[in-house]
Amino acid sequence: MYDFHYHRPKTLADAVGLLKGKDEARPMSGGMTLIPTLKQRLAKPSDVVDLGGIKELAGIKVEGNNVVIGGMTRHADVASSADVKGAIPALAYLAGHIGDPQVRNRGTIGGSIANNDPAADYPGAVVALNATVTTNTGKHTADSFFKGLFETALSDGELVTSVSFPKAEKAAYMKFPNPASRYAMVGVFVAKTAGGVRVAVTGAGPCVFRVKAMEDALAKNFSSDAIKDIKVPADGLNSDIHASAEYRAHLVNVMARRAVDAANK
Amino acid sequence: MTIPVAMTVNGKSVSGKVEARTLLVQFLREHLGMTGTHVGCDTSQCGACVVHVDGKSVKSCTMLAVQAEGAKVITIEGLAESAEKLHPMQEAFRENHALQCGFCTPGMVMSAIDMVKRHNYQLDEATVRRELEGNLCRCTGYHNIVKAILAAAPAMKSAGV
Repeated sequence: MYDFHYHRPKTLADAVGLLKGKDEARPMSGGMTLIPTLKQRLAKPSDVVDLGGIKELAGIKVEGNNVVIGGMTRHADVASSADVKGAIPALAYLAGHIGDPQVRNRGTIGGSIANNDPAADYPGAVVALNATVTTNTGKHTADSFFKGLFETALSDGELVTSVSFPKAEKAAYMKFPNPASRYAMVGVFVAKTAGGVRVAVTGAGPCVFRVKAMEDALAKNFSSDAIKDIKVPADGLNSDIHASAEYRAHLVNVMARRAVDAANK
Repeated sequence: MTIPVAMTVNGKSVSGKVEARTLLVQFLREHLGMTGTHVGCDTSQCGACVVHVDGKSVKSCTMLAVQAEGAKVITIEGLAESAEKLHPMQEAFRENHALQCGFCTPGMVMSAIDMVKRHNYQLDEATVRRELEGNLCRCTGYHNIVKAILAAAPAMKSAGV
């Protein structure tokens, strides 16, 4: 790992100030991706701004019809939260299946979505539940937040402060994990909320995406039978030593049907 | 550039000067000479480096020493009451032959203790196996590790640890 200047601000304002004007400064939340990246010398930040000391960024609250999760909230805390389990059990399930227990004790929701790894779990929930991402400078809709491979709508010095998830009438997340890394080879989050039905797929493509044909079919008939013949084209999907694009395309349908069945239970 | 760092390790206050890039596991092993915590894969997969930071199990190869500033750290060296009296989890590993080469054992024991406490001393086999996702063992085939953890849960409860 190359050395860097380390900062541990106590407030969000201080963190933003430390990042401003430094092109090579990087924020760090849980560090579960950043530290391995630094160890492999794939990144060389001049400064690392550790968000771990900012108390205002962590925590879970229920506000009306929404569950609001602070950007620095650890996966383990989302997974075990009575508020999340009560309002959106599928979200608690998702958080409880990220990585392994030690990763869940460190990794955060803000870090996960800001990194936007194509195989991360949280983007599926954010898009399927049509969550709102709040930052120090404004708000992003779920559909406008995830831009592409490791790319989001965040600009330099913009930090995720919280994510607000509307409660779902029915929701479930099903993933086919890579047996070694536990990242999603394919993960499908299906949600039926006041705003309609959404189907979000992670792991399969370069970035989380929705399957409109499945959403339309499920809006008419929320059963796994309704989507059994809806195929996702393999074109443009990820292909690697773990799974071909064709296999991933097949898994999207399988995981989507399982998710609908789980949501109906 | 060095940074002063201070924390509590196994109940004792320790301090030192580290680089920003010094990992917690390097601080423990190379600065404090506590080599019970192992480095296996160094890529957050294997769990040989698991320690407790403020009561939670973490992979110390994927945390900076400076991130543990002011924290309470427990390592494998901090578990046994004395050379004669092991922690119930260590004792269960010995009783159940839950190790062969022993390289993964420090991390296994630390993860197992966190697991037992989080599940309020009540575990079944499936839960133990799922909870061990972050710890790899290349000798035992896991069966005896699972047996040891299941045996240790009630023993920890009655010992009040």
